[in-house]
Amino acid sequence: MIDYSKALSKTVVSTEKSGIRKFFDLMSTMQDVVGLTVGEPDFQTPWHIREAGIESLERGKTYYTANAGLMELRQEIVHYMSRRFDVSYDPAKEVIVTVGGSEAIDIAFRAVIEAGDEVIVPTPSFVCYAPLVKLAGGVPVILETKFEDEFKIDPEALKALITPRTKMLVLPYPNNPTGAIMTREELAEIATVLRDTNILILSDEIYAELTYVGSHCSIASLEGMWERTIIASGFSKAYAMTGWRMGYLCAPAPIAEQMLKIHQYGIMSSPTTAQFAAIEALKNGDDDIRTMVDEYNRRRRYIYNGLKSIGVESFEPKGAFYIFPKIGAFGLSGEEFCNRLLYDYKCAIVPGSAFGKGGEKFARISYAYSIKHITQALERIEAFVKTL
Amino acid sequence: MKFELLKLLEQDARLTPAQLSVMLDCPEETVRRTIAELEANGTILDYKTIIDWEKTNKESVTAIIEVKLTPQRDRGFDRVAEKIYNYPEVKSVYLMSGVYDLSVVVEGKSMKDISFFVSQRLAPIEAVISTATHFVLHKYKDTGVLYETPEQDERGTLS
Repeated sequence: MIDYSKALSKTVVSTEKSGIRKFFDLMSTMQDVVGLTVGEPDFQTPWHIREAGIESLERGKTYYTANAGLMELRQEIVHYMSRRFDVSYDPAKEVIVTVGGSEAIDIAFRAVIEAGDEVIVPTPSFVCYAPLVKLAGGVPVILETKFEDEFKIDPEALKALITPRTKMLVLPYPNNPTGAIMTREELAEIATVLRDTNILILSDEIYAELTYVGSHCSIASLEGMWERTIIASGFSKAYAMTGWRMGYLCAPAPIAEQMLKIHQYGIMSSPTTAQFAAIEALKNGDDDIRTMVDEYNRRRRYIYNGLKSIGVESFEPKGAFYIFPKIGAFGLSGEEFCNRLLYDYKCAIVPGSAFGKGGEKFARISYAYSIKHITQALERIEAFVKTL
Repeated sequence: MKFELLKLLEQDARLTPAQLSVMLDCPEETVRRTIAELEANGTILDYKTIIDWEKTNKESVTAIIEVKLTPQRDRGFDRVAEKIYNYPEVKSVYLMSGVYDLSVVVEGKSMKDISFFVSQRLAPIEAVISTATHFVLHKYKDTGVLYETPEQDERGTLS
């Protein structure tokens, strides 16, 4: 008889399942729930991008591509990064096309972390960072960001966490779940802390296009930062291509070379059909991004105002498509609030505790939904809040 | 702003000036004024509710009629079009390129009703050479609105 407790990796077994999963499972057993929970766009991939994918299949493009991705795609990525964010990379040596931003983050960790290395992870943030750091043998060091700071990284707090074992800082802006961004000036302060160290930065810029105030600044464009920054990004949010699983890494050649090894052995090459669609997206998708961002922006204003008018406090989110209201102000924990809102008022929002330390009194509300749907949810939230 | 405003109202005529003001990041007074201007100059023609009558007891049939006309002097087809569109059962009249001249959409209680309209009102018009009546069997989509059950929101994974 197999003893699974002895057969499986203890590191993996001890990695916690996400807190959202439990909540989602609960939701799926109920009828007529109006939810603002998902983290993916409600748009479909623009037709011309889908067509490019379909056409590549019709033309029989079903083989592996180069490990790092089609050269044309890498060139388009480089051109895009340069024209949008003023950072330059060599498509031959410094770009890898990955299976979503998720694989990008994973192989970045695996190429950098040795057993016991520390990686500073700001929270609240996307659920994958700490578990992936642990799975790579590292130690996640939590940097709690605060509502009062609009959930930006405090350079002093960062400094205080640096030890001789610190290998990397994760920089997830624009941020899921808080909707926070960091401006050029604010990033410059972080750069000052890191400039004379050997610490790398993993900049998760998947929501870069969804910036509503000012424009997105990549830390790689700041002095002394390019040499240490790995940019992880992708097509999921900007082009509504979540299911295509298309992401990319941009990093200096010495780092990219090592990440490519892992990608080579673990993945071979990213899905070919998706790569052809991605080329079309970068070439001709700028207007589509603009249309979607304008729509998100409208909804952002609408939901921020809507919550304010019913007495639910949040700061105005400036990026991504989430708002992170302080529902703890009503005396319940984030989880209690969300549970009662779900059970009694059939409205689902995600408890902030699922996103790490600092999120316990908050909830993540997604506005990747139509105005009609958002209005319905706000009505139910209002009905609940009135009773508190 | 006008363009965006029109696009939003076209999607949902029930958006209030207060809601529009938030969505467009523009003072409510400006929104009200702009709407009034657009109504006055005929850019905004009307606000209607779109109803799927098949879901009610009301008997209703729609027909699309292709009308061929003899060439007209002076105002061309305008006079004929006017005569036709003045009938309340006529829902749309379009001047078309190609094989026929006018496309006329008519709503009646039954196919017999519509056939009566064509033979008694439409065909006798002097300028009308011929008509071809096509009955709508089923509406899938009309004026941008889906008549089918919308697809369920399949999104659900954590991210």
